[in-house]
Amino acid sequence: MNIRRRIFTVVSLFALATIAVVLWAPTVGSTSISLPRVFDTTIPWHENVDAQIFFVARLPRVLSGAIVGASLAAAGVVLQAMLRNPLATPFTLGVSAGGALGAMLAIAFGLEVGMMGVSSVPIASFTGSLVATAIVYWLASSRKRGLSTNVLLLAGVTLNSFFSALILFVQYMADFTQSLRALRWLMGDLDVGSYTPIIAALPFVVAAFGVFACLPRTLNLLTLGEDVAAARGVEVVRTQRLAFLSTSLATGAAVSLGGPIGFIGIVVPHLVRLMVGSDHRIVLPAAALFGAAFTVLCDLTARTIVAPLELPVGIITALIGGPFFLWLLVKKS
Amino acid sequence: MGKSLIQARETPGRRRAVLSADQLSFRYAPDGPLVVDGVSVRLTDGALVGILGPNGSGKTTLLRLLSGTRKPSSGRVLLDGQPLDRWSRREVARRIAVVPQETELVFEYSAIEIVLMGRHPHLGVFTVEGPDDIRIAREALTATGTAPLADRPFHELSGGEKQRVVIAAALAQSAGLLLLDEPTASLDLGYQLEVSSLLQRLNQDHGVTMAISTHDLNLAASICRELILMRDGRVLATGPTHEVLTPENVQRLYDVEADVHVHSGTGHMTVVPVRRVAR
Repeated sequence: MNIRRRIFTVVSLFALATIAVVLWAPTVGSTSISLPRVFDTTIPWHENVDAQIFFVARLPRVLSGAIVGASLAAAGVVLQAMLRNPLATPFTLGVSAGGALGAMLAIAFGLEVGMMGVSSVPIASFTGSLVATAIVYWLASSRKRGLSTNVLLLAGVTLNSFFSALILFVQYMADFTQSLRALRWLMGDLDVGSYTPIIAALPFVVAAFGVFACLPRTLNLLTLGEDVAAARGVEVVRTQRLAFLSTSLATGAAVSLGGPIGFIGIVVPHLVRLMVGSDHRIVLPAAALFGAAFTVLCDLTARTIVAPLELPVGIITALIGGPFFLWLLVKKS
Repeated sequence: MGKSLIQARETPGRRRAVLSADQLSFRYAPDGPLVVDGVSVRLTDGALVGILGPNGSGKTTLLRLLSGTRKPSSGRVLLDGQPLDRWSRREVARRIAVVPQETELVFEYSAIEIVLMGRHPHLGVFTVEGPDDIRIAREALTATGTAPLADRPFHELSGGEKQRVVIAAALAQSAGLLLLDEPTASLDLGYQLEVSSLLQRLNQDHGVTMAISTHDLNLAASICRELILMRDGRVLATGPTHEVLTPENVQRLYDVEADVHVHSGTGHMTVVPVRRVAR
């Protein structure tokens, strides 16, 4: 029994598969390109159409898909363990609804105050996520000295419905084109157009993953219950705070980048658990990698299945994720 | 420094208090009733103390206060003479291990994974369990007779098997002090005996100090050298088992008339409940 080797082997396999997907995905599309030609440095850049399509037209979209997928899947894993609730998702605690409301307001009021090349919608969305996080955190920590996971859940669910109502209200008040743009955003769109939004979101994602990296063994213990975890030496409240804030950061960044793409945060963690067991030292990195590959593949499907038309990626994740998850549940029991 | 399942007993001599509580009181809600009401406890090095009391008498809460997973509303707990809240959770967990009444999993773990989680307070944030930790976990499984179950999913085990795996997890924590909350409640007669003799062995051979809350008076009579009798959050009586376990005290505790006598075969006291009486 060598735990370190097992973690390393399994995570490496997931990493290899994910890298393969991320490299392959940009070669697929209306114009077919070849990978060897893309990386052929003997061809000058301005003549290498394959490289231009790969790096300029398609790779940003694939990378944003990978970042969004990794963030949502990892956030799902952390929240499910922390809340001891297998049905929790990154969208359960109202963060994404805050992000969506922010984006809706930016679209409806036609805000065009970009910052450093990032347009107003993602900035408004991220701000909305932070506001929602602050509200939920304040509610959950005001009632008792620690952080009540029950209040966290209730506050999150309530905030979700409240924000959804506000989103509908904003959409109703908006004009037709704005409404359509808003609806399109809500369905998820990974076509970020350039590397700038990715670079803008990256620091927050990296910070969140830095926290995630410290959590796995503690998460194992938290799933046994707060009292057991505390008796084994876990600083429960501090861990819960860290977990909540880091998942909020990752979710907020992911939603600002790709919109609230559903199902990734619940399907991927469970699929990965079925494959590798429940040790979060394997589940967390494996789910992040699998989430990245899964999202990239769903987006690939979304932009090719009815080409030249494109489907919103959120529809694909739901169409694939929902039935697949149900099938797994039935198969397991 | 070699790691071992249980930290070696310190030099014998005058027994010192490892864990002591002074005038502990606790309520779960600010306006709620006192669940623990002015309780003082002293666990000396190597002690094996039983905590007896009817349902709702505050046994479980007292154990939570002693392990520091709940903070008392008033009074304080001292571990090695230092207030418990000055210790980090990690440091406390290296000294005190807890066996909870029940363990419910949300995700699936194998028995050995559960036991290895007991090593948590000995590992750094990014440290993975090494050969020493795995050996200790295996020893703990062997000590509780659950070695053959190591790779079985925990949720598929029977109640008694689960309980022994959870005890093994607490043993793997290598703490000198073990707090057990009704450790034999879900066990059949055979495993009750096995677990109680395991606890006795750990106490006598390895010098593990223990406090056990239980409803099993005969278990308490057979292995505990001292008893704490609790009712309505207060201590009714405390002292050596043979002095405390009297028919009068049993009746004050449970409103049950009981015969208490020394069993000729085993040499320890046995309690035979006779009938329920009005309080």
